[in-house]
Amino acid sequence: MNPSLKKNPMPTQDAAARAHNFDEVALGYTEEQAKSEAARCLDCKNKPCRSGCPVGIDIPAFIGKINNGDYEGAYQVIAKSSSLAAVCGRVCPQETQCESKCVRGIKGEPVAIGRLERFVADWHNKYNTGKVPEAKGNGHRVAVVGSGPAGLSCAGELASRGYKVTVFEALHTEGGVLVYGIPEFRLPKKIVADEIANLKTRGVEFETNTIVGRSILVDELFADGYEAVFVGSGAGLPNFMKVQGEDLNGVYSANEFLTRVNLMKAYRDDAATPIKRGKSVAVVGGGNVAMDAARCALRLGAEKVTVVYRRGAAELPARREEVEHAQEEGIEFLYLTAPLEVLGDEQKNVVGMKCQKMELGEPDASGRRRPVAVAGSEFVLDVDCVIVAIGTSPNPLIRDTTQGLQTQKWGGIITDEHGKTTRDMVYAGGDAVTGAATVILAMGAGKDAAAAIDEAIKAKSKA
Amino acid sequence: MYRITEKQSLNPTVSRMVIAAPHVARRAEPGQFVIIRADAEGERIPLTVADYDRKAGTVTVIYQIVGATTHKLDRLGAGDGVCDIAGPLGKPTELDGLKKVAVIGGGVGCAIALPTARKLHELGAEVHSVIGFRNKELVILEDEFRAVSSVCELMTDDGSAGAKGLVTDALKNLIEAGNVYDEVIAIGPLVMMKFVCRLTKQYGIKTVVSMNPVMIDGTGMCGCCRLTVGGQMKFACVDGPDFDGHLVDFDEAIERGKMYGEFERRAYEEECNLFKKEAN
Repeated sequence: MNPSLKKNPMPTQDAAARAHNFDEVALGYTEEQAKSEAARCLDCKNKPCRSGCPVGIDIPAFIGKINNGDYEGAYQVIAKSSSLAAVCGRVCPQETQCESKCVRGIKGEPVAIGRLERFVADWHNKYNTGKVPEAKGNGHRVAVVGSGPAGLSCAGELASRGYKVTVFEALHTEGGVLVYGIPEFRLPKKIVADEIANLKTRGVEFETNTIVGRSILVDELFADGYEAVFVGSGAGLPNFMKVQGEDLNGVYSANEFLTRVNLMKAYRDDAATPIKRGKSVAVVGGGNVAMDAARCALRLGAEKVTVVYRRGAAELPARREEVEHAQEEGIEFLYLTAPLEVLGDEQKNVVGMKCQKMELGEPDASGRRRPVAVAGSEFVLDVDCVIVAIGTSPNPLIRDTTQGLQTQKWGGIITDEHGKTTRDMVYAGGDAVTGAATVILAMGAGKDAAAAIDEAIKAKSKA
Repeated sequence: MYRITEKQSLNPTVSRMVIAAPHVARRAEPGQFVIIRADAEGERIPLTVADYDRKAGTVTVIYQIVGATTHKLDRLGAGDGVCDIAGPLGKPTELDGLKKVAVIGGGVGCAIALPTARKLHELGAEVHSVIGFRNKELVILEDEFRAVSSVCELMTDDGSAGAKGLVTDALKNLIEAGNVYDEVIAIGPLVMMKFVCRLTKQYGIKTVVSMNPVMIDGTGMCGCCRLTVGGQMKFACVDGPDFDGHLVDFDEAIERGKMYGEFERRAYEEECNLFKKEAN
């Protein structure tokens, strides 16, 4: 057992250098570091960490395999529960999930479960040449809408249960938010492509450029012979602040800004898709998307990037590591600050953002203390680009074209705890159900829905 | 890769392309658009569906060569392919119940207006068309419009074809002559649509316009195509592209359309230089 109270630190690219490139920031453990970290695990009998994992990975078991140097074995343990280990090892908020339950965290830092997961997945992708065991086909077909984390996880789980799965993707590339949203320096696109390729070798088919709700309706999928449909269509349209000046040139939604940078590679000099490279950029919001947008803006050459958040540092919803990385790179944080108006010049370009200071009042519906404006505290932030990262609202295309599919007032699809919607044999999961959340929660929902779909189809076949 | 089955130049700056895309053709309707990427490094551009053939599984687009991407697209011909075509996107134009309609097309917008005029004609509505161009050389689809319209007014800025003047002049004459329209449908440059709406507002005639702002995904994800309609934020890709023209903030849309002007100019020059080098 390694008694160290601290995690083995993650090797990272130097902050000054990485602020100007899109290469991956975290470099991953060496074999030695992984073994040393794995030796911190107490192999608790009741495995509290496992209860913190939305897909229920047997964490002590895979860490035990690392201890024995059996990295491929460790991967196989994870693969039983998760189809996207290399992704989750990088983007899961471990500090609020598995690692928050780790006994080592009571006194000192918890075991670096996320970093170990990443090590194991990268090892597998680098050295494994063996074939993935193919499940025996059961002759049933299922359609999956969207190739983001929910869809990929659902498709992977169904494929391993013998289903013939077709995934319909609206964009030209598979991966959903993993390719258009999360930047290269946090999740290299090669890793997403590898995971998709894994699914393809397991027989999952992908139809890109196909928008369910427009190119083909859910009803037509059933008519085409699919016995169940899983909707993992993601978060949808960006919310705006509803303040004056949001129509100005230089105001982006984070979705648009990140899509231009990540999916369309606008950071490259030879890219066909344009992007405004702001000198001084304000990013409004405090989640992972805000961190991604701020760090992209910096890498595009901004001299100053400021995250503007209306609550305090303790309330930032972003993954802790992303906040730390952003701060190391020189991104500034203005807490307890709310935008009032985006200011423009005669040519309708952004020249500033009027803000006011806030203070925390009584707790609101979310349980967090509500920010209240401080009278007379208005000031102007000198910026030429504003990126709005304050959440999204569900895409209307599927709910508007699918009879019997009930949605919440705010547009989210209504499901039971297994992803079953109000329409027979239609299941849903991920941001389309919960509103903007995390990759791993979407994956968990996709996996649970796959089990429910399997059960429902088996029940129907028997009847 | 999606195969191009036909390609034709309609005038020096406007081309027509037929693309094999059964997944788009099966549900495409007038007023909808597609997103095309010419090659794997290209940008995603929205082009309105000019026609479709469900049986053959093809979709027709008519585009104006305005920048680097459309220039690149125009270098492709029959037998070549485009890397991606996604759609149909946007809401189809609502035409049910219309008895008498004035369809106004400006420039390449005529390519978008034609399927609407044709569908109205097929539904038994009386169609009056007004189509406008800068000059005779740029006139497209005149015969096609005449075939589906009981009145068809051709206008050019310099009078080199049809009558000299703007589409609003012809529309005003038609209204003043006593024609009572259920609706005016205007598709063309933003400035043209703005002035058509200003005219029809005076007469209290409902007017529908087709908006074509910059888009990235086109499926309701990025928010790039936002417009102000009746004081509310709307997204052209999922709420449109058709809107009540009397409620659209055209001035804002015109300003937003200029955002990438300089980038576009530079990219276009580079593309043209590259093309010239290759040609030499």
